[in-house]
Amino acid sequence: MARDTRGTIEIKKFADHHVITQANPLSQVLRRVGDRDLDDPIARAEKALAGLSGEFKQWMRIEADRLTAAHAAILKHGFTDVACEELFRAAHDIKGDAATFGYPSAGAAADSLCRIIEHAPELDHVPSDLIAHHINAIQAIVRERTKLDTVAMANELSRQLRGIADQYLKHANRNRPDHLEAILAPSIMPGD
Amino acid sequence: MFRIDFNKLRFLVCDDNPHMRRILRTLLHSFGAREVYEAEDGATALEMYSHYVPDIVITDWSMPIFDGLELAQMIRQPESKGNPFAPIIMLTGHSEKRRVTVARDAGVTEFLAKPISAKGLYQRILNVVANPRPFIKTKTYFGPDRRRNTSNAYIGPERRVGGEVEVLQQPSLLDKARTAV
Repeated sequence: MARDTRGTIEIKKFADHHVITQANPLSQVLRRVGDRDLDDPIARAEKALAGLSGEFKQWMRIEADRLTAAHAAILKHGFTDVACEELFRAAHDIKGDAATFGYPSAGAAADSLCRIIEHAPELDHVPSDLIAHHINAIQAIVRERTKLDTVAMANELSRQLRGIADQYLKHANRNRPDHLEAILAPSIMPGD
Repeated sequence: MFRIDFNKLRFLVCDDNPHMRRILRTLLHSFGAREVYEAEDGATALEMYSHYVPDIVITDWSMPIFDGLELAQMIRQPESKGNPFAPIIMLTGHSEKRRVTVARDAGVTEFLAKPISAKGLYQRILNVVANPRPFIKTKTYFGPDRRRNTSNAYIGPERRVGGEVEVLQQPSLLDKARTAV
């Protein structure tokens, strides 16, 4: 749609690689503005996001219930590939979305659960309480979110779950250096 | 100072989570974008990519059928009839550094870790629009130049071999891509 197709492509051929350069195909969408330009697209977008926030509580409940349903399927049918994948996907979505929805502690607990699913050598050998406590914590954080005095408790709950999960993962992966390295690597998540 | 005319850009958003798609759509529309196409899995996204020829792709990593990484690899096929050069922004809950490297090696242009912010998304879009990188083609890689910085102090092994350079001029592949649609 916005492409400038006037420019040709220049290919520099080297011994084992090509460098392909073309005129910026999106240059037409860049517009120079003066310093006094007051338009602020980021502020506009933040305002629009705030306008959606009335729906976040309901969305978070849907995400938490999906996680509980995935866990229930595992309790009923065992750790099948499909069930494990759905549990991971549900936890991973909460990890990514919860802070945007105003539930950062639920996101932290979901991150901890994702690490267990991703790095436990055998998921059916993970203490069942460890998984269940993560899911119950996420449900509790979502349910009790409106009470101001629960914020600190939610942070502490997530922090402790992460500590226990990391302790388990370090021990379970003591002979798996690749996993151990990934477990100990710092996160690049904003705010971490 | 530069601004982006978002109303001239066509976006393809791919995420299996409807809430995240809604958030992305809201952000892009409030930036000024009019054309935002949405797919909930990699296969649908690839089909829409060929059909709508978007200017920028924003994709999640973890998705059913095939994931965002596979989508990026399928877009980055130098011999394909479509446009293999479109900027790909990977928006993901994965937060490990090794994931950034894997995404980069699949031809992803920018990586944005969730939780999403208006500022983070805007900056990634501004970067792909204002500072496109040349593409590199080797036996095992086709995608944006993975070297963002050049350092004279670098003393490690070189991945690329230089030698005599031969310069070829070709008509824009984008023209080819557009006429193929």
